[in-house]
Amino acid sequence: MEAGQATVEGAARRLPAWLVGLLPLALLGIAIGLFVSLGAPGLDRNGVPVEELSVERTVLRPGEIELTVRNDGPDAVGIRQVLVNDAFVAFEQTSDDIDRLGGDMMTIQYPWIEGEAYAVKLLTATGATFEHAIGAAAETPEADVGFYGLMALVGIYVGLIPVAIGMLWLPWVRRIDPRWVQFLLALTIGLLAFLGVDALLEGSEIAAGGPQALGGASLVFLGAGIAYLGLAGVDGWLRGRGERAQAGGAGPWRLAFLVALGIGLHNLGEGLAIGSAYAIGSLALGAALIVGFALHNTTEGLAIVAPVAKGERPPKRSLPRLAGLGVLAGAPAILGTWIGASAFDPSLAALLFGLGAGAIAQVIVQIAPSVRDAGGRLLNPLASSGMVAGVLLMYATGLLISL
Amino acid sequence: MKELPDPKISRRKLLGGVAGAAAAVPVLHELVPHQGFHDQFARATGRGHAGHGSGGHGPNAGSAHSGAIGTVDPAVNGFDPHAILRDFDRGKVKREGGRTVREFEIVAEDREIEIAPGVKFAAWAYNGRIPGPTLRATEGERVRINFVNASSHPHTMHFHGIHVARMDGVPQTPPGNIDPGRHFTYEFDAEPFGLHLYHCHSVPLADHIAKGLYGAFIVDPKGGRPKADEQVMVMNGFDTNFDRENEVYAVNTVAFAYHDEPIRVKRGELVRLYIVNILEFDLLNSFHVHANFFDWYPTGTKLEARDFTDTVILGQGERGIAELRFPYPGDYMFHAHVSEFADLGWMGFFRVED
Repeated sequence: MEAGQATVEGAARRLPAWLVGLLPLALLGIAIGLFVSLGAPGLDRNGVPVEELSVERTVLRPGEIELTVRNDGPDAVGIRQVLVNDAFVAFEQTSDDIDRLGGDMMTIQYPWIEGEAYAVKLLTATGATFEHAIGAAAETPEADVGFYGLMALVGIYVGLIPVAIGMLWLPWVRRIDPRWVQFLLALTIGLLAFLGVDALLEGSEIAAGGPQALGGASLVFLGAGIAYLGLAGVDGWLRGRGERAQAGGAGPWRLAFLVALGIGLHNLGEGLAIGSAYAIGSLALGAALIVGFALHNTTEGLAIVAPVAKGERPPKRSLPRLAGLGVLAGAPAILGTWIGASAFDPSLAALLFGLGAGAIAQVIVQIAPSVRDAGGRLLNPLASSGMVAGVLLMYATGLLISL
Repeated sequence: MKELPDPKISRRKLLGGVAGAAAAVPVLHELVPHQGFHDQFARATGRGHAGHGSGGHGPNAGSAHSGAIGTVDPAVNGFDPHAILRDFDRGKVKREGGRTVREFEIVAEDREIEIAPGVKFAAWAYNGRIPGPTLRATEGERVRINFVNASSHPHTMHFHGIHVARMDGVPQTPPGNIDPGRHFTYEFDAEPFGLHLYHCHSVPLADHIAKGLYGAFIVDPKGGRPKADEQVMVMNGFDTNFDRENEVYAVNTVAFAYHDEPIRVKRGELVRLYIVNILEFDLLNSFHVHANFFDWYPTGTKLEARDFTDTVILGQGERGIAELRFPYPGDYMFHAHVSEFADLGWMGFFRVED
């Protein structure tokens, strides 16, 4: 026995390492090949095909409803008839049979009336039905230059401008008592925590409405994990460069950069939600909404400048740096509205919201040491009250912008 | 509605596939020449094309299409709703002890039926068709039905009529359910005269009916009825997704069968419609004919019409005979005046020709 083992190990040692590493994979391939070539013995489908469909996107034009449908289940699905509000309707589709994870574009002729609700029922070859509700019909805006311009304007209003205005608190935070700076940093943690939880919830909600076969809500957590670990890596790299150069002043700016990046990812998701809601007609871009977002996101500007307020003299070229941070945090909202309005995909949105949440978690970890008191306690009275104030501030301004 | 060919139609036709099949119906209607008078009539009055599947292709982007996409090939189902319409099974006639005996052969089987274009329904059927054969006898004759259950589920045949308990075809009294592979002969006198029905009575009852086990049973009065173009319309529906609601409604099973291809009738000729409501899951059904009125004989058990109307309401299992003549040529719609059912397949046309 022992001799045999020695011989095997001896033989393995003589082979190149990559070949030995591939051996289990090769065996797995052979096993799967045998299984498939034998026609998966004993594992025939037990019962009727399992059909799952989800509607990813709805576009309304005069006399027409266009649905982007994805096959969410294990078997092929063939849509044979379409019913709108309990009546057969005329339609065209890009594929008669939709394979697993495959997509289908359905163009339905229907004289819909603005503001009314519609139940679209897709009837498959097996008689199964999939319902898609249109809450209040409204024409989907054409995605032309003017539309993208409008979306960019919305992104600037809800992302760039509030963040930039919030950053104008910098001179003030430089002058106040260091204890109050600490309070503001704790407030920033509160703001960020609120945004992070918000991103997780919103991402999960959007994912629940999309195809589950692509991961559903788990995409949010996948995105969060990737962003957290990715940013931790970026942070380590920046730290290494900073130590090689010189230490003074690099810390706060690094922190501010990370805060801006996290907020930027969050605003990307926020823009996405605004753009898609506008595109499907479930959002009126009223003045109240814009004002709400402006107030809400102004606090994000404060979060970016709080880390660089710590008494040190401002380094040279700090204005371009600040401007860069503002763009990093605010401009993704513009990109988000574009993606959301033109190519909204629930799975992509869930992933992006997850990225935002993960980035924010990483930023919170980075800021946390700055709010420790003299005894090294993180949750001291000042820090705790700052965090609570941050969450409450976000909650109060958030009431203005329920999508 | 319009006499000029619509350029949209030909473009759509070229798209092929499902869309092409959908467009084919109105295209044919546009291109096939009509009978002389009909055409002149249609031009003169601007009618005659009313609603015939052309709505969705008109110049108004917002106008509604009616009907399903595509057609059901009768070869797939093995029966044609247009054939079922005028198909009467009078059985094999024998004389026994001075009486006329009619023998019918009925086989229950499991069968997939295409109830709307492309939509399959796992049905149970008598003699491979839904509705089952229209059995016909004259008052006082002996009726003998040799029933074979070739289905994988127990079934019965329950006739509406007057007979002894043993011939009632319910599972609760002998012989009860006829199990798969077994057979039984139901025998009774044809009475009373009128329009009746038969259906499976195994439990769960609603399912055994909704799956397709039903048909019309006509008992003619001894003196017969006046000569007419006789048609059977069994109003039914199908719950394709098992939510106890029908997704598709029809007359004689295939949604829009008489909408896509109208029933041809002669102007001035007496038309007799045997209308049976066997719908499950909905309490009421109805029958309404356009631009005409009919004599209505509820259950057909009296020779005097009870009403002269254009709309009747029928509960589950209710039936009656309608008699009418069409005075003008053209296409005349008939449908359930429960409008939802009409939109979901229960809609058709009579094409009146000279």
